Amino acid sequence: MSEQPVRMSGAQALVKSLELEGVEVIFGLPGGAILPVYDPILDSPIRHILVRHEQGAGHMAEGYAHATGRPGVAMVTSGPAATNIVTPLCDAFVDSVPMVVITGQVPVGAIGTDAFQECDTIGITRSVTKHNELVTRARDIPLAVRQAFLLASTGRPGPVLLDIPKDIVDAANPDAQMEWYWPTDEEVWASLPGYRPTTKGHPRKIKEAAELIMAARQPVIYAGGGILKARAATVLRELAELTGIPVVTTLTARGAFPDDHPLALGMPGMHGNFTAVTAMQESDLLIALGSRFDDRVTGKLPAFAPDAKVIHVDIDPAELGKVRRPDVPIVGDVRLVLEELVRVLERRVADGQPDRSAWRQTLSGWQERFPLHYEPSEPGALLKPQFVLEQLRDRAPEGTIVATGVGQHQMWTSQYWRFTEPYTWVCSGGLGTMGFSIPAAIGAKAGMPERTVWAVDGDGCFQMTAQELVTATTERIPIKVAILNNAYLGMVRQWQEMFYDERYSEVYLSPDLPDYVKWAEAMGCVAIRVESPEEVGPAIERANAINDRPVVVEFRTDAAEKVFPMVPAGLSNSDIVVGPLPEGTVQ
Amino acid sequence: MTSNGARHHLLSVLVENRAGVLARVASLFARRGYNIYSLAVAPTDDERFSRITIVADAESAPLEQIVKQLHKLVNVIKISELDPLDSIERELMLCTVRADPTQRGQVIELVSVFGGRIVDVGHDELTVSVDDVPSRLDDLEDLLSPFGIAMMQRTGRIALPKLDRASGLGS
Repeated sequence: MSEQPVRMSGAQALVKSLELEGVEVIFGLPGGAILPVYDPILDSPIRHILVRHEQGAGHMAEGYAHATGRPGVAMVTSGPAATNIVTPLCDAFVDSVPMVVITGQVPVGAIGTDAFQECDTIGITRSVTKHNELVTRARDIPLAVRQAFLLASTGRPGPVLLDIPKDIVDAANPDAQMEWYWPTDEEVWASLPGYRPTTKGHPRKIKEAAELIMAARQPVIYAGGGILKARAATVLRELAELTGIPVVTTLTARGAFPDDHPLALGMPGMHGNFTAVTAMQESDLLIALGSRFDDRVTGKLPAFAPDAKVIHVDIDPAELGKVRRPDVPIVGDVRLVLEELVRVLERRVADGQPDRSAWRQTLSGWQERFPLHYEPSEPGALLKPQFVLEQLRDRAPEGTIVATGVGQHQMWTSQYWRFTEPYTWVCSGGLGTMGFSIPAAIGAKAGMPERTVWAVDGDGCFQMTAQELVTATTERIPIKVAILNNAYLGMVRQWQEMFYDERYSEVYLSPDLPDYVKWAEAMGCVAIRVESPEEVGPAIERANAINDRPVVVEFRTDAAEKVFPMVPAGLSNSDIVVGPLPEGTVQ
Repeated sequence: MTSNGARHHLLSVLVENRAGVLARVASLFARRGYNIYSLAVAPTDDERFSRITIVADAESAPLEQIVKQLHKLVNVIKISELDPLDSIERELMLCTVRADPTQRGQVIELVSVFGGRIVDVGHDELTVSVDDVPSRLDDLEDLLSPFGIAMMQRTGRIALPKLDRASGLGS
C-alpha cells in the first residue's frame, strides 16, 4: 500500500527522526541557530532536559549512555555552545561512549562569513568524534540521523556530531520543506561504503587463543571497558569460571566482573591493588579483552608484564599492536569472540586443564598480605575518605549506580566500592575530565530513574559543574552527591607531596569557601555537612531516604590522606608502592 | 634523497568524493604525529570516489598503525600500499628556467632528452613541463639549476600498481 507523501519542515523531520531512533530524552540548551528545532520539541514525546551549561548536556548524555547502553543525545546551538560541548565529545571519544550531539549552525549561505555565533564546529570536533557531518539540505536529515546512531552504537562506539544550519530546519523557509521518508537499514549501510566493522573473530585465531590458554600456568584476564560496551559480562564470567583464570577489571571495566567473585582481582594500574598489578606483571599470559594497554595500566611499558604472551581481542583493529604486540590478535566484537572461544575451550578442558593451583595460591597469598589499607582517623580529626566510601558502599541500596569526577575521590571509589553488576559505574577514564560526576550522574538517573544514583565528587570537581544541580532539582532528578571536601585539589597535592618535595603550588581551595551547604540549598537540594565518623552513617541513611530532590552531603576529609597503592609515573609496575611508609616499597 | 622510495611508504587511498574528506585524512596524520611527504588527490573514473595518493614518512610511525587509523575514517573505502618496485609512479613538474636566446637551444635539448615540452616562451625565460618518476625530475632539476630556476612547482606523486605480465592467452 503506498502512502500519501507527508510534507514537513526540516525541524519536524529532525525531531521525528530522533523519535524513530528511540530517543526518550535529550539533554540540551537552545539558542539562536537551533531555535527552529526547539519548536517541534514542544509537540514531541521526547523528554527535553534543560541544562545550565552545554558541557553539562554532553556529560549527561554520556552518563545516560554508560547506564543504559543506548546512545545519549545532546542538542545545543552554534558557536560557544558547540565549543562548550567539545570536552564531553572528547571524553566520550576516548572512552568509546555512544553519543549523538546535534549542534545548530548559521544558515548555509552565512557559513564562512564569520557570522554571529558561527564557528567551524566540524573542524573543531573532527578529531574528537568518531564521525561528524554538516547537513546542508533538509531532505538529508533522516539519513544523517540514521547514520549518526548507527555509527555511534556499532563497531567501537563513540560520539557522532551532526551540525545543522538554521535555514534547513526553518519552518518558514519554503526550500526547507521536505517529503518525509525513513531510510531502511540496507540504505543506511549502503550510504556508508567505508564502514564495515568486523564483529566475528577469525576461527583460526580463536583456536590459537585456546591453545595459549590451555598452555598457560599463570594467566590473567585483563578486562577493559570494551566488555561493557559489547555487553559481554556474562560470557566473560563463563570464560573465567570455565578456565579458573582470574580477572582484573580496569577503571572503565569496573562492574564487568563481580568484585565478590573468587576469581576477581579488582583494579590494576597506577592505583590498582597490589595483587591485580602484580598478577599482570608476573603472568605468562595476558588475555586482553576490550582493553587498550593504557599507560595508566601498563606503567613503564618496556617493563610491563615482561614474560607474558598476549591474546588481544578488540573490535578496533588499530588497538591490536598499537601499544603491545599481541601473540594472538583477534579483531571482533568481544562478546561474539568470547562465545566462540568458550565453545572451543569447553571441548578442550574436558581432557583436563593445566595445574594452576600454585598460581592461585600465590595470588591469594598476595591478597592476604597486601589488602587495601588505611589508618582510622584519630578522635576529633578530619574524616578518612576511605571510611566515607566504605560507609557509602555498605549502605547503598541494591543496584546503586555510582558516578565520580576525576582525582583521588575517583580512585578511592573505584578501590573501595564493591561492584557486583555491570553498568553501575560511571566515570571519566581516558580523558580524566574533572567535573564529570554531577552531570553524568544526572544523565544516569534520567536513564535509570528507579536506581539510586550517587555522585562521589571532590571539592575541586564539584566547583566545575555544580550548577547542574539546579537542572536536577528543576527536572526532579533526585541524585545524591557525596563531596569529599579536603579543601585541596587532592591528587595534584599528592603528587606535589610525593614528587615535588611537599612544595604545594596552587592546590589549596579552602574547606569553607564556598559554603557547600548553603550553595546546595540555594540550588534546591537537601544539604548535610558531616564532620565526625559517627555522623557518617546516619547522614548517608538520611540521604538514601530522600527521593523527591537532590541531596548533597559534604564530608570534611583529611587532606593528608593519599591514594595507595601507587605506581609512580614512569616507573615499572614492579615498583608499586603499597603504602605511605618508605619500607612499603616492594622490590 | 628526496625521492628515495625506501624511506617512504606509498599509500593509495580510495575515499568518498565529498567535502571535508581530505581534511579528515590530513588532520588524522597531524593528530597522530605522522608526516606526509607528498599528497595528490583527484576524483576517479567513478565520480563518487576520489583517490588520494600519499607518500608517508615511514620513520614517523609504523605503517600498519597509519593504515589502521586511516581505515577508521568512515569516508575511507580502501587502502592499498604500493611497493615502489611494483608500481608506476609519476609526478608532474612545471619549471620556469632563465634562458636568453643564446641558451634556449641547450635548455630545449635538455628538456627533450627528458621527454618534456616547452609550454611557454618569454624573452629570456622558458617554462617547461615534464612528467616522470620523481628521481628523474630530481635529475632534470639539477641539470636546469645552473641556468637559473625562476619558479618551479611539482605535484604530489601519483601511482598505480604495475600490471600482471603473465600472458592470459593459451596458458
